Amino acid sequence: MKILVQETDFDPGAEIAALHAGQPRVGAVTSFVGLVRDVNEGDAINTLTLEHYPAMTEKSLRGIVDEAMGRWSLLDVTVIHRVGLLNPLDRIVFVGVASGHRGEAFAACEFIMDFLKTRAPFWKKEGTPQGDRWVEARATDDEVAERWQQSSKKDPA
Amino acid sequence: MKVKVLYFARLREKFGVESEVLDLPGEHAYVAAIVDMLRKRGDPWAKELGLDAGYRMAVNQTLAGLVTPVQNGDEVAIFPPVTGG
Repeated sequence: MKILVQETDFDPGAEIAALHAGQPRVGAVTSFVGLVRDVNEGDAINTLTLEHYPAMTEKSLRGIVDEAMGRWSLLDVTVIHRVGLLNPLDRIVFVGVASGHRGEAFAACEFIMDFLKTRAPFWKKEGTPQGDRWVEARATDDEVAERWQQSSKKDPA
Repeated sequence: MKVKVLYFARLREKFGVESEVLDLPGEHAYVAAIVDMLRKRGDPWAKELGLDAGYRMAVNQTLAGLVTPVQNGDEVAIFPPVTGG
């Protein structure tokens, strides 16, 4: 498991390769890369500043990955989240999951992102031509995370 | 008992403070007692920590609720809903 919170960029190709290098049991690697867009809510976005709660961030991400590893049979997970000042086109977040088969790798990657969006202590501030503004949390993010709670209740395992 | 309280993002800006140490009576309390103490300061505290304000809390770096217990030396954080990813 690799969990990093950093200001610097990351190389998604290198991270994907590292998830299965020398690991012949890995049959599937899924990955997600989140990026800074140049528009939000109809306004141009010049900058995106990521604030976080340093003492809690890594602990929170580790807890989310532990929960994913408890739900699915995973061989390795990498989560990298950038903080600080970013610009459109920049990468924000990487989630990579290695597993024996694709089903678990796809599901765990989506689960980790859904929980990261609703539980990990990051906050985005957008720089627009009209000034800076904090990004408001979306109710839809809570709904997609809640969906996993419901599916775990139905899961006999 | 003394509890360190941290504020983040929009709430840190609204309150104009990053962190402070609060002195509460007794040796045990719930997060609700801290929120009550802050609301009594009036606005912007009362408004931002109002019943329908939608803020989030953590105790010792774990997400918490109003009924989460706190004790001397704990670190409590109050912040807006998270928006990472």
